[in-house]
Amino acid sequence: MHTLLRPFAIKSSGDIARLGVLLALFGLILFGALRYDNFLSSYNILSFLRYNSMFALIALGMAFVIITGGIDLSVGGTAAMASVVAALLSPWHWAAGLLGGMAAGCAVGALNGFIITKMRIQPFIATLATMLAAYGTGLLIANNQSVSVSYDSGFTVIGQDDFLGFPIPAWIALAAYILGWLVLEKLPVGRHVLAIGDGEATAGLMGLKVERTLAAVYLASGTLAGLAGVILASQFGAGQPTEGVGWELFAIASVVVGGTLLTGGSGSVGATLAGALLLAMVFNILNFENGLGWISLSAYWQSVIRGAFLLVVVVLQAKLMARHRSA
Amino acid sequence: MTTIETPAPQPSGTLSPGSRLFTLASRYGTFVAFLALIVFNVAVTPNFLSWQTLNVNLTQVATIVIVATGMTLVIATGGIDLSVGSLMAIAGALAPMIFMGQFWQVENMAFAVALAFLLPVVVAGLFGLFNGLLVTRFSIQPIIATLVLFIAGRGIAQVMTNGNLQVFRNEGFQFIAMGRIAGIPAQVVLMTVIVALTFAMIRYTVIGRQIIAVGGNEKAARLTGVPVKRVKLFVYMISGALAGLAGLVVVARNSASDANLVGLGMELDAIAAVAVGGTLLTGGRANIIGTVLGAFVIQLVRYTLLANGVPDAAALIVKAGLIVLAVFIQQRADKS
Repeated sequence: MHTLLRPFAIKSSGDIARLGVLLALFGLILFGALRYDNFLSSYNILSFLRYNSMFALIALGMAFVIITGGIDLSVGGTAAMASVVAALLSPWHWAAGLLGGMAAGCAVGALNGFIITKMRIQPFIATLATMLAAYGTGLLIANNQSVSVSYDSGFTVIGQDDFLGFPIPAWIALAAYILGWLVLEKLPVGRHVLAIGDGEATAGLMGLKVERTLAAVYLASGTLAGLAGVILASQFGAGQPTEGVGWELFAIASVVVGGTLLTGGSGSVGATLAGALLLAMVFNILNFENGLGWISLSAYWQSVIRGAFLLVVVVLQAKLMARHRSA
Repeated sequence: MTTIETPAPQPSGTLSPGSRLFTLASRYGTFVAFLALIVFNVAVTPNFLSWQTLNVNLTQVATIVIVATGMTLVIATGGIDLSVGSLMAIAGALAPMIFMGQFWQVENMAFAVALAFLLPVVVAGLFGLFNGLLVTRFSIQPIIATLVLFIAGRGIAQVMTNGNLQVFRNEGFQFIAMGRIAGIPAQVVLMTVIVALTFAMIRYTVIGRQIIAVGGNEKAARLTGVPVKRVKLFVYMISGALAGLAGLVVVARNSASDANLVGLGMELDAIAAVAVGGTLLTGGRANIIGTVLGAFVIQLVRYTLLANGVPDAAALIVKAGLIVLAVFIQQRADKS
């Protein structure tokens, strides 16, 4: 088979799920393009990419964490805190805001890694706690209100401007995904991540540095969440300590919809991106549908539909898994 | 998980001093923390020893305890229920709609109020059953299975009310939060009854022992004839129903139902109460009294910080540290 087509070669039930998400994504795009006039307008496409890049970044980190068999609930709080840090540092230099926000995310990721690998606390609880701590820290340093960014230092360029006709956040997300794909598919550490997700004890007996790899994965997830926070602050002109609620769930849903098994040990970077885009597309289409005036679904339907989507995917995944086991 | 848990008491003679410390801390740590908080408050917080303080803390802790009791059962089977906050919102949205006549004309107010108590709890219980079905029928991990309703549940409540605040005044319905039974706030009585019943169930009934067995070692439980699926369905249903009840208390206390806010973050408080209270998050144990203590500790920490002018945000950080510390001590004690 041609190398370009290799991602589509069906080898396991996970591949079927991944193929499914791609088909669903194309189906939705086709549906939208045929039904709505401005769906494929450059305005819609660019603002779609600009806004959803943040979520794509978080989903990438989450994919790595979930492949190791863990979970990172702290990403929303981390992004909120990082947006505040970035906004506070933005008057000095745009780079200070960018690096400061990423460093803040990195710090939360490091803390997660420490609690999980050294204190041996389940990822679910560890990151639940750091989520609270991150929100608390963000609110404290922001004094409970949103923090306006500096418009003089060029910090807002990161989130609002284009480069070669595409939004800069989209470029950042694209770069991160290419890097993530290289790490998972081409570098030894990617194999280690997969092996740990398959069985931590076995991976350890094979001589893999389990603790160090796990710590690195949570560090990456935190840093990506920090980057998403930087983009948030830059795009909306303010660090927002109360934003990010539910982002972790969006990310988890993206990863699951992308066919990555929550039990760890398998997963795909590309399908995660497709999953994130698919979920985002649902809302984009919902907005257009409202615009047509036939129906009027309030914004509240979004979470219902999001949940229904997740439901369908996990049930399908469970059925595939069951067939895989019995086969 | 390869660890096999039995509820049998562990021999204490062979412990090293270090692990004995963790065992002691895990057994009495929550209680000591609770006492320390009270002593600290008596010394520092002005007017701490007053009926009003007691009243405020008891009424605020009641909803956490009610939800955390159900959560304890779910966690004892090795599961988790993230949907409790959203189910509170659904129940909280339903009740006022019933007695304000949004579904059908209210002819007999007493009947409508009775329905407003019953129906939302049943609905929340059915949603809990749905969680249980996902966990048992489809073998979906509890975190993900309950994530579905965590996301969709609040949306359902918001769609039902169109996101609007429902303000009401209904003495019969609000008795659950405003009323007093023998001078004690009704929700505190409710909390006590629920805790007592659950405690008795764990201790003295077959289903109670089965819950522990399922969480201790699911395979062994199945092989010894425990109806594992039915037990799991049961705990998720109870957790949902109790969350619904807590939702009723919250809206009754506020004289208003806001689907955006009712029960927001409750899953964290409930899980924290269970963890701080000494129930292992990996299952096989259900320390109801510990959960109550855990909820009180969390409530008192928040109260202490707020009463002494520490911002709410800092309280979040303290709560985070508390959760990590509690789980750490539990696990270390369990390994020894």
